Amino acid sequence: MILDYVGVKEINGSLVVLDDVENVSNEEMVDIRLDNGTVRHGRIVQIEGKRVVVQVFEGTNSISLDNTRTRLKAHPMELALAPEIMGRVFNGVGTPIDGLGDVYPVKKADVNGTPMNPVSRVYPRNYINTGISTIDTLMTLIRGQKLPIFSGSGMKHNELAVQLVRQAKISDGEDNKFGIVFAAMGVKNDVADYFRRSFDESGVLSRVVMFLNLANDPIIERTLTPRCALTAAEYLAFECNMHVLVIMTDMTSYAEALREFSSSKGEIPGRKGFPGYLYSDLASLYERAGMIKGSKGSVTQIPILTMPNDDITHPVPDLTGYITEGQIVLDRQLEGQGFYPPVSVLPSLSRLMKDGIGEGYTRFDHQPLANQLFAAYARVQDARSLASVIGEEELSPVDKKYIEFGKLFEQYFVSQGYSENRTIEQSLNLGWKLLSTLPRTELDRVDDELLDQFYITDPEQLGFNSFGESSDKDSGN
Amino acid sequence: MATKDVIYGINGPVVTVRNTRTFSMMEMVYVGESRLVGEIIGINDKLTTIQVYEETTGLKPGDPVYGTGTPMNVLLGPGIIDNIFDGIERPLKAIEEKSGSFISRGASVSSLDLDKYWNVKIKVKVGDELNSGAIYATCRETAIIEHRFMVPPTLSGTVTKVEPNGKYRLMDTIVTIKDAKGEEHDLTLCQKWPIKTARPCLNRLPATIPLITGQRVIDTMFPISKGGTAAIPGGFGTGKTMTQHQLAKWCDADIIVYVGCGERGNEMSQVLDEFSELIDPKSGRPMTDRTVLIANTSNMPVAAREASIYTGLTLAEYYRDMGYHVAIMADSTSRWAEALREISGRLEEMPAEEGFPAYLPSRLSQFYERAGRVDTLCGSEGSVTIIGAVSPQGSDFSEPVTQNTKRFTRCFWALDKSLAYARHYPAINWMDSYSEYFTDLDPWFRDNLGEDFIKYRNKVTAILHEESTLMEIVKLIGSDVLPDEQKLVIETAKAIRVGFLQQNAFHKDDTFVPLEKQKLMMKAILHLYAKAKHIIAAAIPISSILELGLFERLAKMKYDIPNSKPEMFDELIADIDTALATLTN
Repeated sequence: MILDYVGVKEINGSLVVLDDVENVSNEEMVDIRLDNGTVRHGRIVQIEGKRVVVQVFEGTNSISLDNTRTRLKAHPMELALAPEIMGRVFNGVGTPIDGLGDVYPVKKADVNGTPMNPVSRVYPRNYINTGISTIDTLMTLIRGQKLPIFSGSGMKHNELAVQLVRQAKISDGEDNKFGIVFAAMGVKNDVADYFRRSFDESGVLSRVVMFLNLANDPIIERTLTPRCALTAAEYLAFECNMHVLVIMTDMTSYAEALREFSSSKGEIPGRKGFPGYLYSDLASLYERAGMIKGSKGSVTQIPILTMPNDDITHPVPDLTGYITEGQIVLDRQLEGQGFYPPVSVLPSLSRLMKDGIGEGYTRFDHQPLANQLFAAYARVQDARSLASVIGEEELSPVDKKYIEFGKLFEQYFVSQGYSENRTIEQSLNLGWKLLSTLPRTELDRVDDELLDQFYITDPEQLGFNSFGESSDKDSGN
Repeated sequence: MATKDVIYGINGPVVTVRNTRTFSMMEMVYVGESRLVGEIIGINDKLTTIQVYEETTGLKPGDPVYGTGTPMNVLLGPGIIDNIFDGIERPLKAIEEKSGSFISRGASVSSLDLDKYWNVKIKVKVGDELNSGAIYATCRETAIIEHRFMVPPTLSGTVTKVEPNGKYRLMDTIVTIKDAKGEEHDLTLCQKWPIKTARPCLNRLPATIPLITGQRVIDTMFPISKGGTAAIPGGFGTGKTMTQHQLAKWCDADIIVYVGCGERGNEMSQVLDEFSELIDPKSGRPMTDRTVLIANTSNMPVAAREASIYTGLTLAEYYRDMGYHVAIMADSTSRWAEALREISGRLEEMPAEEGFPAYLPSRLSQFYERAGRVDTLCGSEGSVTIIGAVSPQGSDFSEPVTQNTKRFTRCFWALDKSLAYARHYPAINWMDSYSEYFTDLDPWFRDNLGEDFIKYRNKVTAILHEESTLMEIVKLIGSDVLPDEQKLVIETAKAIRVGFLQQNAFHKDDTFVPLEKQKLMMKAILHLYAKAKHIIAAAIPISSILELGLFERLAKMKYDIPNSKPEMFDELIADIDTALATLTN
């Protein structure tokens, strides 16, 4: 028997309340038909006896107390899945918007997913070569990892994401089975368009599944967009055995949508008005990255978030950092100096890198080199802050060396062209070259054997000036 | 039951039942047709509130709720070690076999393997008087852990029937006792215990034995005792998890309970991978032979996250009662506190600081107070050491969880972002951290390592503090203007920082350093400091001392001198003397 419930009892923000509802289950989907013929979708979020609270995805504009007929759909939010979703474009809740008709489902899956059993996980070890020196050497991306980009408004995070997609290569050469799931949450139309064009130019568009919730789309849809995207990603990875890279932008908009929704439900706010369950909610997204036993595929996530006011302690980047396996932090000052990609090396980190690099993966000297580069660059910051007080002239000779090293490091190592694809060998060798500008005694994180092999004593061989000129031209700034 | 109890309302993980008098507070219940596990957290005459430990999608008003009559409890028996459980003691391997790589809801599997036979040795005979906690049988649980079956703390009596030694399953009766009232009780290979109640012990012992971890900054600078409590606060990326892994691998407890509470799934699979490959140097067996893992990752239901900490603690206490030293690593207690906050919010309780419930401090103190070194009921000595990671929001140590934890733990190992950025690991900041165990532990250090150890430690601490004061000046005017004597302090402090405090977890020798070597390392550094001070007093410039490269040698002595060859420190000290002698001649 199919029942329509006429009218609603209460409307509050994106929520409506129905009374006298029989046989309803938690998180069930509903269709709300307005008298003017339009249909909206919703989901049950709270039940109290026969009184139920429904979240309306498209918003409650023009809903009145009695112009609606609501029908229960008897199933939770599901996404239609088939291998044919590749190359398609969907809206935030998984309805096709590219005019190519509905997906004929091979399978339907609950968008909330179910938690991966920790014992079924395969510990990620295979590194992804991104061709970007800072990332490959100092915060290596590993297949199955979730590595967000912490950025700010106006910085080049989109360019970096596109470059990652274009250059990402997996070391064991199964490149043919890769896919990209792109989830846009509250981004500007231009940005979504930039991604679409870039995917097209690099010839991967037929391998991209896009879920678009633009800045002016309803916020309730926005809270479902990443869930739909990850459900599609999990399907492609674990049932179609593909290596899926999920790019989600912008997580800050997502969290703000969640906050808006939470406050309309009248929930007790936590820090900066975000709901107390923001951590669990973000975790339920980020934790869907990984690899499982018995499947060849993988889900790797690169969420992008803009830090409001460049504040890394803002709840969204803060909680994200606690869940994800590291972060790539972009720095406005580096960007201002014209360095691309403006990766701020010291706060950036990849937690999974230590087991995916070194002998057998990249090169045996990778880890010690990375440690030494970090340590040396940290020392540069000390020297700089000292120089800002007493002037560069007054620094000790060692500190002056560090200042020099810092400049070279940023100019040659951090900065590279938008289309420059460096091999891991090139990046590592460049790292050693830079370290060789420091006195050998300063390199206390590497043992003598490595220094004997890689430390360049002859200053002639460093030749940074000539090297630099050519690379500067490449980057085309 | 005449009338069935049914669901009335649902809000996230909180479910309510109307007009019932069947349930008691903290009782464990099954909710819905798929029997999701829940717990009663509030009762009034109209509404009973249940917190459900699994996703509530698909539950309907009118679905049944079944009571169990007992509080949330765990099954205790052989098979716990080398296992991996979720927050409410469901074995994840068994769940994987049943429902595949993703955890389905209402998965009902027994916590421990009921069909496995254990080779049991009976330790009692008919007529023996058994007190609560007395050991009546033993079996080999893993190659290094002997499982001791104890009379549950609620029972005691005279043995009336005993089965012979042999192979038994978990639920088989092996001993029967008759209590003072004349009632008979069957003792099997297992018992149940409610997770939120501390298991009893005879009496608590003072914290006079250190937990040796092989990590220099902890053992020497901020030691923890067996049965002690420590907090490791740190923002993301400062190495909380790495520090806990190091402690779990190397500390000298008999058993490790590792609780991954609301943390990353990949981290748990890393622990699984690493610990099964890693060989315990003391026993020669894989680390998993002494480890229990509780994995409630951040995407698993939030209510079970709250329970996971107590589950881990109860398992730890059970092994403590057998006479083992157990260390429990809780990563991270902030996630647990957030779970409290989340559930409190759903219950619409009045929030205190930052939305956390007002009972946060009392819950934290109840948790940490369950640590301790005790005389167990069976007459041996055991301990539970709690090491809890704290993830402060925005890396701000003034937030409620860190502040309250600070009040109830006696060690505070503050991880520092700027040290972590410079890849100084473990990134324990020596200025902000403290240990309150010095006075309790100093007699032990004096007896085992000699008075020198304490003297060296105090000197090292003094130099680090002096450096910190000097650095204030250096930051303003540079180090060139300092007198040589103070420059020496800075150089020595650098040698301490780089050579001693910094420790490389991936280096085969440096990952675990015995106390004796820790002492000798301090000795070498202080020796150079004392000698150099004399030379500077004789108006020889410090630059000529620095040119000798001695400080660089100290920075690398942790790699150059293997743990097994402490005698090489004598050579090092002799070398220092010869090198310095060239200056004075």
